[in-house]
Amino acid sequence: MLKFTEDHEWVRVEGEIGTVGISDYAQEQLGDVVFVELPDIGKTIAKGDEAAVVESVKAASEVYAPVEGEVTQVNEALNDNPGLINSDAQGDGWFLKIKVTDASQLEALMDEAAYKAYVEGLG
Amino acid sequence: MNRQGRPTHTHVGKGPEDTFTGDRGLMAEAKLIFEQDSPGACGVDLPRRDGPASTRLGNVPVRSHVGLPDLAEPRAVRHYTRLSQKNMSIDGQMYPLGSCTMKHNPRLNEKLARLPGFADLHPLQPLSTVQGALELIDTLAHWLKTLTGMPAVAMSPGAGAHGELCGMMAIRAAIDDRGETRTRVLVPESAHGTNPATAAALGFTVDTIKATDDGRVDLAAFKDRLGPDVAAIMLTNPNTCGLFERDIIDIADALHEAGGYFYCDGANFNAIVGKVRPGDLGVDAMHINLHKTFSTPHGGGGPGSGPVVLSDALAPFAPVPFVVHGPDGFRLVEHHGQDGEAEKSFGRMKGFHGQMGMFVRALAYMLSHGADGLRQASEDAVLNANYVLAGLQDKLTASFPGPCMHEALFDDRFLKGTGVGTLDLAKALIDEGFHPMTMYFPLVVHGALLIEPTESESRETLDRFIATLRHLADRAHDEDGAEAFLSAPHHTPRRRLDETAAARQPILRWTPETTQQEAAE
Amino acid sequence: MRYLPHTAADRTAMLAAIGVDSIDDLFKDVPAGALLSGPIDGLPPHEGELGVERALGRMAARNVPAGSVPSFLGAGAYRHHVPASVDYLIQRGEFLTAYTPYQPEVSQGTLQTLFEFQTQVAAITGMEVANASMYDGATACAEAVMMAARLTRRDRTVFSGGVHPHYRDVTRNLVDFTGGTLVEADPDPTGTETLLDLLDDQTACVVVQNPTLFGQVADLSELADACHAKGALLVVVVTEVVSLGLMTPPGDMGADIVVAEGQSIGNSLNFGGPYVGLFATRQRFVRQMPGRLCGQTVDADGKRGFVLTLSTREQHIRREKATSNICTNSGLCALAFTIHLTLLGETGFHRLAELNHELAIAAADRLSSIDGVSVLNSGFFNEFTISLPGPAASIVDRLAEEPILAGVPVSRLYRDRPDLAPLLLVAVTETTTEDDIERLAIALGREVAQ
Repeated sequence: MLKFTEDHEWVRVEGEIGTVGISDYAQEQLGDVVFVELPDIGKTIAKGDEAAVVESVKAASEVYAPVEGEVTQVNEALNDNPGLINSDAQGDGWFLKIKVTDASQLEALMDEAAYKAYVEGLG
Repeated sequence: MNRQGRPTHTHVGKGPEDTFTGDRGLMAEAKLIFEQDSPGACGVDLPRRDGPASTRLGNVPVRSHVGLPDLAEPRAVRHYTRLSQKNMSIDGQMYPLGSCTMKHNPRLNEKLARLPGFADLHPLQPLSTVQGALELIDTLAHWLKTLTGMPAVAMSPGAGAHGELCGMMAIRAAIDDRGETRTRVLVPESAHGTNPATAAALGFTVDTIKATDDGRVDLAAFKDRLGPDVAAIMLTNPNTCGLFERDIIDIADALHEAGGYFYCDGANFNAIVGKVRPGDLGVDAMHINLHKTFSTPHGGGGPGSGPVVLSDALAPFAPVPFVVHGPDGFRLVEHHGQDGEAEKSFGRMKGFHGQMGMFVRALAYMLSHGADGLRQASEDAVLNANYVLAGLQDKLTASFPGPCMHEALFDDRFLKGTGVGTLDLAKALIDEGFHPMTMYFPLVVHGALLIEPTESESRETLDRFIATLRHLADRAHDEDGAEAFLSAPHHTPRRRLDETAAARQPILRWTPETTQQEAAE
Repeated sequence: MRYLPHTAADRTAMLAAIGVDSIDDLFKDVPAGALLSGPIDGLPPHEGELGVERALGRMAARNVPAGSVPSFLGAGAYRHHVPASVDYLIQRGEFLTAYTPYQPEVSQGTLQTLFEFQTQVAAITGMEVANASMYDGATACAEAVMMAARLTRRDRTVFSGGVHPHYRDVTRNLVDFTGGTLVEADPDPTGTETLLDLLDDQTACVVVQNPTLFGQVADLSELADACHAKGALLVVVVTEVVSLGLMTPPGDMGADIVVAEGQSIGNSLNFGGPYVGLFATRQRFVRQMPGRLCGQTVDADGKRGFVLTLSTREQHIRREKATSNICTNSGLCALAFTIHLTLLGETGFHRLAELNHELAIAAADRLSSIDGVSVLNSGFFNEFTISLPGPAASIVDRLAEEPILAGVPVSRLYRDRPDLAPLLLVAVTETTTEDDIERLAIALGREVAQ
């Protein structure tokens, strides 16, 4: 199940591994993504700390870790084809996988319905 | 840009309007110089070598190939003439680029900067041979100090952002000299991007202050943020919304009380020259963009010049070099501690002595205007911006109530539901023969349109500009009106450019392969 | 006032249209007491063109233009001949009075010249990419050191004793404020220093100049290898870019970043500014490069065009996370550089460099024939260091009265080093005549004999 943050990251946890990306709404706001900066594998990132950077033509945003964890994998495909984030933000356009240290942190995040309502509220 | 960063309305292939050559009358295509290589041709005549080459290059091998194209002078002159014709410019168009101050650039200033007595001086000539140059720097410094009401000025910074760096270095040095540690710099959210970048470059933490609903610094929020760790505030006044910060003296007083310094971003000084002296507002340091306020040409992106006026508290920390006037004429203090001076100077900002060529132009501008003309220029700049605001505020959505200072800020609420964005409107304005205003800055309003007409525009031009924007705003609301905007501009050497492709696969230089690919397509 | 279009009637009508009575109603947000009631005291009133020409002409006449006398001044600024068409073209209003090309559809002129500039800079330095210019060589050097620190995640910089002291000081200033370390070798007039002892595995970069401040030239390939073996970058400074027409470029010697002062091509001496900083590096480092970049793309009709690109590195988007706080480049000086280098081309650039070198050899041979004068460099391009029996500065001051601008005394740049006081930097360019060299030799011979 996807869980969302107010900063428009999503995380999908399967077992102890969480996959992290940015929401479809976020990619639409950014416009064409031209570059991503991914973290080093093995790095531990606290919840809310910078995990990656995503750049479009005229904007750059930090991607924050929705939950704490150690980076186990990054999506190398984005280096050659950052457009994946635009075409499939919540699928093939994932950023990184982390080994989640504290699954209870997930509870504070929004589910898909709550996130949808949240985005609509942003106007 | 459009939202996606790439043109959404494309048509590829020849249409009936296309010509055999690809040129369209006065609108000529221009190959790169590298595609015009005529090996052996040359645009300069240099004496031929008699006899074999002798070199004395130690162990360095002689270079056999550089990779430059050969062109005779007529081809080079035509090439760059054609390229120039692809630019909008102040000479040709109203250029109301907010925050950038695109005022008239007098040619007298160019003429004087080219006098051999200024242009042909080496920076390290004996001082006895450059007394007039030092006098010019000293005279310009006097004007800058008098106009700002400040006791000192550092002349060497090369541009506005460089001036910011200089001012913030002086602040860091003054704090260090007091034996204190202050790490936080307050920056309003409407600030130019250079402000947080400068503070961060010097290791300060940037603390953003919210704006009030009327587009100014929230005094209460500001006071809440003050503390013993605050080094400075970096505040633009008039601010980037084109508004005068009403509470500026209270802000300065509270800041000084807390031991911080007031850095004023002087980018908008052109609104108040001769009307208000920043020294009377409690400013400790302020850079002056000679290329904006005092009309040295922007030149397609520089060179600028950014002298920084300093308060008594910061003056001892000013960078070298500086000019001093002694019994034997003018001297240059070029070194830390030289002749017992510059003991506390924080160091050096730039090679040699600053942007002398810009100093000559700025002083020519000042002497031409005089005290009365500079004041009148500020008044006219403010008058013009308010005239635009008054002429448009029932049709476009003004972000804040007037009066404004030298620029009028609108946001994109008036375009809601039209399918036309700020960018599209700007591109349509290009087709109407105006350079667009600044877009999407400041960040504090949505889809910003920041219009700075400057004092150089006549009433007639302003009326035409206002009428054009009113017309475009109406057209955006027409049924099917959006289409024409989304595909604009049409009457330009190039239509919208694909910025996404440029950034995803950067091509930053010509290579022989580039030309081959072009030919193949 | 000739620059202000409004008449009094215009102003009155416009105030009425706005709905206020007086101009000061528009300044009502200025705190009471801070608004001045009339023109600032102590400054003169406006002046016609003739009056301004007289005032500034008087100041200009108090100076001795370098071109009016035999001049041998260099040390980072060089007097070369600039073809007349360069200054004509850069004064075209469409170049002179345009802003940064943020609207590419109506800025293709500026953008295409920047693309040509970037290509030329990459070519002459032997590097893969270059940016659209920096303020000057010294600030470009400081930015290169910052970039090396970002790339290596180290903060120790080693400076050769052959680098221009202004470049070192500008860099040191920024390094001090950002908490790094700068280690500096002793001034090196003869090019015999070895930097290997200063290089360690915490070093971000080594900065060397070629030709050095003292004119010495060297093959840097071994130093580049030594840097790379330690994981450090080699930054090469070039203050006389004409040398690149004759010498193997830094890129071919293994440099990672090349910074240069581009003034020699297209730009006057201008008493030190404005100049144009060149900045070139390897393709793989491009995202850590400071400054503006122009890139090639296509427009909506599929035609080739140019845009500013990778701007998310820059301050106006990245704010406190930008690679640098720099906003402007040195556009018009870069344009002059590009046009002059286009006129020179492959043929002219090479010949210009040869000519400078030939004249410098002739000058060095003539001056070293004087008793008491010796040339210190084993290899040089168009500038060399001579040693005199006494302080060079006093001889230079005396010769200035003749007037001959004999060169730059090293003490002007190294004030606290009496051991360097007898050294004089002598630069020779294509503007130097054989007669100039002879006059200098005779005058120096006379001074030295006294």
